[in-house]
Amino acid sequence: MKPDVLGVLMRHFVLLSLVAIGGANAVVPEMHRIAVEVEHWMTDRQFAELFALANAAPGPNVLMVCLIGFQAAGLAGAVVATVAMCGPSSLLTYFVVRRWEKHGNTRVKKIIQRGLAPVTIGLIAASAFLLTRAAIHDWLGLILGAATFALMAWTRYSPLWLFGVATGLGLLGIS
Amino acid sequence: MTSAQLTDDQPTRTVVTARDLFFGFLKVGIQGFGGVLPWARRMIVEERHWLSEVEFTDLLSLCQLLPGPNIVNVSVALGHRFAGLTGSLAAVTGLLAAPFCIVISLGMLYQAYGNSEALGGVFRNLGAAAAGLVVATAWKVAKPYIARPEAIVVAAAAFAAVVLFNWPLIYVVLALAPLSVAWVWRLAR
Repeated sequence: MKPDVLGVLMRHFVLLSLVAIGGANAVVPEMHRIAVEVEHWMTDRQFAELFALANAAPGPNVLMVCLIGFQAAGLAGAVVATVAMCGPSSLLTYFVVRRWEKHGNTRVKKIIQRGLAPVTIGLIAASAFLLTRAAIHDWLGLILGAATFALMAWTRYSPLWLFGVATGLGLLGIS
Repeated sequence: MTSAQLTDDQPTRTVVTARDLFFGFLKVGIQGFGGVLPWARRMIVEERHWLSEVEFTDLLSLCQLLPGPNIVNVSVALGHRFAGLTGSLAAVTGLLAAPFCIVISLGMLYQAYGNSEALGGVFRNLGAAAAGLVVATAWKVAKPYIARPEAIVVAAAAFAAVVLFNWPLIYVVLALAPLSVAWVWRLAR
């Protein structure tokens, strides 16, 4: 392992931390660009599978970064990527919250929120596209993906049930 | 509004220590299957009454405006409110500690058996299911905005910039976010 991988991880994720609007799903395309296309730490398919693991595990979905770090540079990589992804934005939040508690303006906040939402929507749609392209290659994949979509979009059941079904089928050799 | 909601919205005055924050968020992290936010809301508002419903929504909407993982921002903000810097550190550490260990264990499993006959299929199936999950998320967040042409234009531009032109996120956000906010601001006047 090259020693500068940690520095590269740090640089990418510090920057990402500060532009990561709209939650973990909106930054998937950027993580994909970094991990697959720029740095070649993993293949398209590995990316989709690691993303699935980060979703199947409990905890914030942002922990996808720790899997990217782990794949790139082992345990140290995981720690560096996680700290780099959460550190700068946490510092910013810390200082903004201190000020906002005194001078919050609801109207300004609402306008910013309305303006950012469409950007987030476009980014999440891009995530959906990239992950579908990377992970769905055959009929079974299509059925599993469509079933998860339906369960999530039209019912109140947790999508984790289908993660269970997907795991069960895989263990039975159906994949 | 029912009386129950009214009492819920009374400002809360609770003493919350860094230790409480650590263990509260530790529990949230472990419970948080399929997204942590619902569990965090439940712990903070319903179980421990650290914030009222309204206070929680306000805090969350502020944290969603800021960059970075939303739930991490919530833990930082809440930690700060009750116990300053120590509180923030305790809350974030509590939130991430357990999930980090679990995810790393899964990552080790993946590196060891990701290409094996037995588990390769499991990971492939999980990948397909997770893709469907994100398609559904995209559909859900887009639904309230479908009737707004300005939102569709901005969303389509962001999608195209990322998927077709492969732009780095920083350019997409720096170009589109101010434009979109200015557009909404003009329409709101």
